[in-house]
Amino acid sequence: MHAETDILFRESAAKALLDPHLRANFRRAMDGLITKRKAQFPDPADLQELRHLSTAIRSRSLLNLPALLVQLEAACTRNGIQVHWAETCEQANQLVLDILQAQGATRLVKGKSMVSEEMHLNAFLESHGIEALESDLGEYIIQLDGETPSHIIMPAIHKNKDQIARQFSQKIKDAKYTEDVDELTAMARKVLRQKFLEADAGISGVNFAVANTGTLCLVENEGNGRMSTHVPPLHIAIMGLEKVVARLEDVAPLYAILTRSATGQAVSTYFNLISGPRGEGEKDGPQAVHLVILDNGRSRIYGDPQLQATLRCIRCGACMNHCPVYTRVGGHAYEATYPGPIGKILTPQMEGVGVRHDLLHGSSLCGACGEVCPVEIPIPDILVRLRREATHQDPASFVAGKGTGRTDAEDRAWRLWAALSKRPGLYRILTWFATRFGWALPSGAPLIRDWTRFRTKPIPARRSLSERMRAERGTHD
Amino acid sequence: MTEARTAILERLSAAPAGGPPPPEDTAVMARRHWPAAERVARLRKGMETVRTEFLEASPSDWPSVVQNFCDHEGIKSLLYGPGNGDAAALAASWDGDATLLPYDRPVEAFKTQLFTEVEAGFTSTVGGIAETGGILLMPGPDEPRLLSLVPPIHIALLRASTIQDSLWSAITNLGWGDSLPPNALLISGPSKTADIEQTLAYGVHGPKRLIVVLVNDLR
Amino acid sequence: MTAVRPPRAYFYATCLVDLFFPDAGMAGIQLLREAGVTVAFPEGQTCCGQPAFNCGYWEEARDVARTQVALFPEDLPVILPSGSCAGMMKNHYPELFHGQPEEAEVRAFSGRVYELTQFLVEVLGVQLKDLGEPIKVTWHSSCHAMRDLGLKGEPQALLAQLDKVELAPLAREHECCGFGGTFSVRQPEVSGAMVCDKAADAEATGASVVLSTDGGCLLNVKGALDQKGSPLKVQHIAEFLWERTHAR
Repeated sequence: MHAETDILFRESAAKALLDPHLRANFRRAMDGLITKRKAQFPDPADLQELRHLSTAIRSRSLLNLPALLVQLEAACTRNGIQVHWAETCEQANQLVLDILQAQGATRLVKGKSMVSEEMHLNAFLESHGIEALESDLGEYIIQLDGETPSHIIMPAIHKNKDQIARQFSQKIKDAKYTEDVDELTAMARKVLRQKFLEADAGISGVNFAVANTGTLCLVENEGNGRMSTHVPPLHIAIMGLEKVVARLEDVAPLYAILTRSATGQAVSTYFNLISGPRGEGEKDGPQAVHLVILDNGRSRIYGDPQLQATLRCIRCGACMNHCPVYTRVGGHAYEATYPGPIGKILTPQMEGVGVRHDLLHGSSLCGACGEVCPVEIPIPDILVRLRREATHQDPASFVAGKGTGRTDAEDRAWRLWAALSKRPGLYRILTWFATRFGWALPSGAPLIRDWTRFRTKPIPARRSLSERMRAERGTHD
Repeated sequence: MTEARTAILERLSAAPAGGPPPPEDTAVMARRHWPAAERVARLRKGMETVRTEFLEASPSDWPSVVQNFCDHEGIKSLLYGPGNGDAAALAASWDGDATLLPYDRPVEAFKTQLFTEVEAGFTSTVGGIAETGGILLMPGPDEPRLLSLVPPIHIALLRASTIQDSLWSAITNLGWGDSLPPNALLISGPSKTADIEQTLAYGVHGPKRLIVVLVNDLR
Repeated sequence: MTAVRPPRAYFYATCLVDLFFPDAGMAGIQLLREAGVTVAFPEGQTCCGQPAFNCGYWEEARDVARTQVALFPEDLPVILPSGSCAGMMKNHYPELFHGQPEEAEVRAFSGRVYELTQFLVEVLGVQLKDLGEPIKVTWHSSCHAMRDLGLKGEPQALLAQLDKVELAPLAREHECCGFGGTFSVRQPEVSGAMVCDKAADAEATGASVVLSTDGGCLLNVKGALDQKGSPLKVQHIAEFLWERTHAR
């Protein structure tokens, strides 16, 4: 099993690398996002302060997680928001279905929600005869083609204008072919406006949930989030259990660093605070609001003091914007809901470190991600830790699938390496052979041939430094 | 479902206790602070960058500023919340070409009309944000939520004296941290997206235009 | 900041410099000697253990690290011509030995570890005199040196002392070259794409040599440039600094 999965990312990545459009699109897009983010943080000291504060707030939230969730549930319930808990995606999907069916809802509009992607909610609902229409423009675009998002903030980043133009002209009734971005946007506005009007229910994610006031915070630019959560009579919000914070004051720094890190905006168009269904005397707003709290492996991650940092994530996407690997292969190559650096640490912990061993090695540990993460998740350190979990069974560890990524070949390789490297006499002999005969190693030898596809074979020097220093010994202290 | 709740909470509570949380220094937020006149300028700059349109007015002439704008734009219908003092004042003095539509009944009574015919919505605000630009709204029975969302034009009345330094300071000053109505929000401009080749396009699902009537009541 | 009397220090070759860039290692030692440091080069150096550590094989990494730490018993600085190996010994050895019997000894060792340019700038405060012809160079900042170890411009500070050296920056100076140790052979296609881009970037600067602190990056970029038949040279900063400050 691990032999197959070990090359999953490598194969997808290799394929993506051969696509010049994909490479050009992602490079251009990532460069733009990098530049925009940088422009929002002109003062490096100020940025570090904001990062430290954001990290401290998220750390404090996680420290009190169970109590905060209980408090959130109580406050939401007081406000008239019905709270549900789901351990697995299956449970969450069923909960959503039950709520919809109880209302007789068959047409729903969705605000952007990565958690719902994690659940594969749309496919589940469709199999039960419920239309789940994505209303975020990027999500709408990829839904038309039956694709998944390739980035957690900008789902259609892999698509060109002409691809979208063709798609709209083919799939939207009475639409003419145009590559004008304003015209394409207007088409989507028209289609979705009707859908908002007719929808039985709206589904959204949650950017931050505030425990003391029972408030769901939604960050968006398009207005589809507000449309989905205020217009239909029913609103279902879905969140990962790590999204809760203690109070609204905690949200302000996180919101400030989120928009700047994600899209290089100082502020989003809308910052929406939902604390209940249609209130007494209100003339609009949904009659019912539900909150589904999803676990799906998060509580297991929570149990590990080092790995818990994974849950600080505020889903900004800065890590993938700055990743030299992601930039070259795009999000789909990861074959996971969450791509990029955060996906590389989250997905294996959710799905099993053996089964997704491939993702753990799809990184050069360059650290560009950790450097920009607004909540200082030490992604390279966690990757190294998870590589250990994949290949060893530490009794104290709860990591999903621990040890199932172990192979005999790798075990032998490192044992051999250690045997040589801790025996200086043996190492010296090996080095001697390498310096004298290393040039003779065939370029097509295993491992060497992976190197020599893109580079000349490295030739050892004629005498190692150790040999030269040995020769010099006695002429200095 | 309660089994899920119990299982989840049990697992979370069983985790080893974390160390003390890192120190929190909010100076980085608190230092974003400006004198009143500069707050106005910053708010305006931040919002104009994202295509918000501003109309200047005085405490006495703002209703006619709104009226002149609507006449000039050829707006034929303007929705407002009659329970709100400012909106009621606007309605009381209204002499423009547009028909003023009171949002005084549940939306179900006129949802289609709201979506297809109403050209503009008027709301008051509870404040503004200088740091990034933005207006703060607290929709409710007097000013329903959809006023600032569904009509393609949103006209918002903002008094300069209510502009806060930042969202962070507003949360404290407005008491939002203590309790909130079912809906409260920040709006920084007309709706927009960059989902098509990262090219910015305005007027997506929310209003296509945001007009802020800035009342200079400083001093 | 120079010591009152000539200090002593250890020098740790690192496996890549030992085998592939011994001239750079020698240059580093000579630069230190020239600055008045007596350099001790213990016999028995092999590898800092980073490759095994990064792959999760921590017992094997510890086994080897233990033998390496034991070579440097005196309370002297341990200087390495590699940012990533210095980072391993300085930052990750304490992690690796957390809860182990040798933890205190290893922590003490880690506290004495320096990367070469760090030591030259921060401890010795060397002042270099450029004796070479005008030359244009470009700098590749090794990721581990920059982000793991935390080098903050020490190499650039040294280059800035050489008045006939013009530094033409890479368009993407801080982007990974694609080496990443075993990454280069586990993900050869992505690694290949990254190093090809880095090589092209280097060529576009118009520099005649690419410099770096790290042997892995140098091997990687050199291999890619050589395969293109590029005249662009690749050199370890120690070797470059030594050459520039001594008539050839």
